[in-house]
Amino acid sequence: MRAGVLVFPGSNCDRDLAVAFRAAGFDVSMVWHKDSALPDNLDIVGIPGGFSYGDYLRCGAIAAKSPICRAVADHAGRGGYVLGICNGFQVLTETGLLPGALLRNAGLKYICRTEQLRVATTASAFTETYGAGDLIDIPIAHHDGNYFADDDTLARLHGEDRVAFTYADNPNGSVDDIAGILSQNRRVLGMMPHPERAADPVSGGTDGTALFRALAGALAPA
Amino acid sequence: MKARVQVMLKTGVLDPQGEAVRHALGAMGFDGVNGVRQGKVIELDLDENVTEADVTRMCEQLLANTVIESYSVDMG
Repeated sequence: MRAGVLVFPGSNCDRDLAVAFRAAGFDVSMVWHKDSALPDNLDIVGIPGGFSYGDYLRCGAIAAKSPICRAVADHAGRGGYVLGICNGFQVLTETGLLPGALLRNAGLKYICRTEQLRVATTASAFTETYGAGDLIDIPIAHHDGNYFADDDTLARLHGEDRVAFTYADNPNGSVDDIAGILSQNRRVLGMMPHPERAADPVSGGTDGTALFRALAGALAPA
Repeated sequence: MKARVQVMLKTGVLDPQGEAVRHALGAMGFDGVNGVRQGKVIELDLDENVTEADVTRMCEQLLANTVIESYSVDMG
């Protein structure tokens, strides 16, 4: 199984994400933002957290127009898997691979703490190792994590069971407590919380490991 | 030639920064401020052959996120 982790100027969770993928059994390549092609035969692309391009203009907006993101859109268009975490989620909404947008936190403050999430669907390659409704502890660290989508989009997300995670105690004003969503084909997940920061007991919890274990199970060669 | 692009959050999208400014103005004693919306202005220095339609495409593709923002273009 092969994972590629994108690296933008300002990415700061790229190596953590690589460690979490490797621990689950993936071979990991780091992929520079100026590359116009992904390595061959990637099973999944990880878009890490951080502050790509200094969050200039809008979080994720400049990264979304980088050469590598065109390759990621093609990969997703072919049915490839993509995991966008924090800034990676913002990049995915800016590319249009996921609907909605991430606004400034309702309380205007950067929030860095562990939050309780509810697993809203287990019907995905990212979440099938969890139980429906499980409460898991995953860190958040963001200033712009306030998920917004119009009513039609929300109805579609709920109707198609595409809300992956919700906050048990909404920290940032996200509509319907949404913390992470899936694409229509359920192969692209964007989430503001950081499962890769809860993937090793020495770094404060392991509730995120099941997500990487789920991916390894789903993407393992038959 | 310059173009001035104004980007604002759409009506109906909560603007917590604008709300914070409104509260601060009230606390400073400025009465009668019923709402504050905060946006951004982007100035473009352009060759003469760049058209308003070109700038509109720039807005659609990068300068504004039309999921949450509206924009207006003023060719100077």
